[in-house]
Amino acid sequence: MRILVVEDDPLLLDGLTAGLGLASFTVDAVSTCEDAYAALEANEYRAVVLDLMLPDGSGLDILASLRKRQNTTPVVLLTARDQIEDRIAGLDAGADDYVGKPFDLDELAARVRAAARRGAGLACAILEWNGVVMDTAQQTVAKDGLSVSVTRREFGVLRKLLEHPGSTVSKAALEDALYGWQEEVESNAVEVHVHNLRNKLGSSFIKTVRGLGYRLSEECR
Amino acid sequence: MTSIRSRLLTILIASTGLIWLFAVAWIYISTQAEVERVLDARLTEAARMVNSLLAERKVEMALATDTAGDAPVQFQFGDASYERQLSCQIWSLDGKLIGRSEHAPSGQLTQSESGFSQSVINGETWRVYSIENASLGVRVMVGDSIAVRDRLVGDVVKGLAIPAILILPFLAGAIWISVRRGMRPLNDMATALSSRAANDLQPLPQQSLPDEIVPAVHALNGLFQRVQEAREREKNFTTFAAHELKTPLAGLKTQAQVALASQDGDVHENALRQIAAGVDRTSRLVRQLLDLSSVEASDRAPNASSIRIADIVRRIAADMPSENARISIGGDLEASQSTDAVLLTLAIRNLIENALLHSQGTVQVGIAQDAHHLRVSVEDDGPGISEDELPRVTERFFRGRSKSPTGSGLGLAIVKEAASRLDGRLIFENRLPSGLRATLELPASPSR
Repeated sequence: MRILVVEDDPLLLDGLTAGLGLASFTVDAVSTCEDAYAALEANEYRAVVLDLMLPDGSGLDILASLRKRQNTTPVVLLTARDQIEDRIAGLDAGADDYVGKPFDLDELAARVRAAARRGAGLACAILEWNGVVMDTAQQTVAKDGLSVSVTRREFGVLRKLLEHPGSTVSKAALEDALYGWQEEVESNAVEVHVHNLRNKLGSSFIKTVRGLGYRLSEECR
Repeated sequence: MTSIRSRLLTILIASTGLIWLFAVAWIYISTQAEVERVLDARLTEAARMVNSLLAERKVEMALATDTAGDAPVQFQFGDASYERQLSCQIWSLDGKLIGRSEHAPSGQLTQSESGFSQSVINGETWRVYSIENASLGVRVMVGDSIAVRDRLVGDVVKGLAIPAILILPFLAGAIWISVRRGMRPLNDMATALSSRAANDLQPLPQQSLPDEIVPAVHALNGLFQRVQEAREREKNFTTFAAHELKTPLAGLKTQAQVALASQDGDVHENALRQIAAGVDRTSRLVRQLLDLSSVEASDRAPNASSIRIADIVRRIAADMPSENARISIGGDLEASQSTDAVLLTLAIRNLIENALLHSQGTVQVGIAQDAHHLRVSVEDDGPGISEDELPRVTERFFRGRSKSPTGSGLGLAIVKEAASRLDGRLIFENRLPSGLRATLELPASPSR
């Protein structure tokens, strides 16, 4: 799940990139408003973690401009200013959640997941299709009640597909969701992940739609 | 006396009383003179009247009887109460009493031949006017008793003084009420102020105030505003300080959690390194916060002693653990200044630290001194500060676009605060092709 983290403190930004990466997010990290605008313009994110006090402006400005453009990407505010009135101002400006510094990394990850889930119109952390159950909070996958071990990337591909059951997801969209800016994407990376998933979940679970991408198969095994 | 009201009351009542006494004295003296004049005129009038009556032979019988016998004639001299106070005697020029009015003493009223005179008869003082009638060979004397005169003057003055004395308390009351009413705006202000909560720094209303109080209210409102601003600054400072401390704390915690959760050796090691660097940075931030608050809070007068500037710079340079930048000192190495060593050291140290944070290689410290100023300039070869950010660089926690990763945004704020405590100023100029020159300019010490 690709997210954007906007934070000007290098220590915290580094920690967030590493920590949220461990929680299987794909993290794009920026430290100024200017870079944040550019990143939001160029990419589709599942969620944004936004610090309020940035060297060249306020995170609230980014939030406001995002909402003004009808962009509904879930935003989790991350700030040391966590008085009640600050929280209210942040939430009223269009934020989906508010986390005060210092915070627990796992809690932040859970809140980002929850915000992203709500943003995708999903009610709970469990995604299910044809006997395959994915718990996005626990990051586990099970088939017919038996746990299946998947890698972080495979998890990402499966999740993206499970979130859009019945519709075709393009290869580019999958790559986008899996890889941040700095990461080199092998041209056949997505094919490899899909191949591995088919091995683990059954060859007919994911269908290739030629020229368009992939989708979950309608038919039972 | 500290109460304006009692002072006003005292002054007003005392001065009114004095003026009142003066007025009473004046009335007394002028009334007395007037009464004397009127009574003297009456004496003259009466004497002339008797004389003219004698001349017209209206008292012939008396003169006739006088020749017949010895007993002097007694006659009624009018019957008005005023005139009863008068006594009249008619003496022949050869010294015989021809006639006298009722109650007139039997002794001669005066030895004086004509005009006014004063004489004592039977212990009583008389004022007498005598007139000589040579053709009849008589002398007419009319007199009145001084005691009676004094009683008359006393009655007149009493008639004036009693109402005036009765008026006095009313006068005092009127003064008291006027002063009270006049002081009401002050009282209102005092009530308004004393009923305020300690943190209520709203300005006092300025409408419909007497001109005299307006300056005080202005001054008070100005003070309120300054206190309010100071409190606001303090509050902002605390909030910002908390923000600045919470962020590295959040970073430290996150890195610690990453280190705990990660199996990957590189990630693990990087997190621990970040934690170490973060602790250093946070310590520096805490030190700078303490520096800033100590510079700010010191309301003591700067503790002046004569110091050589180059020594300070050398000491700071020696403390600086800088691997990639060198500090060189140039200019007037003998320059010394009588100033507060602690504040000056703080200022120069933070300037040098700031320069080192942005410098690529060398930081040049220049010392210059002339008759009026001591200048310490610190030059770096970093990116400089863009013109639009220059006015803001001394704001607390302001970190510009070309910030260093470890700066706190407090260093230049400390320098500015210290400079203003030393009556100096801080000047920033961008250098060509790149870099920043920060100059601390202090007024020359008088003892130089």
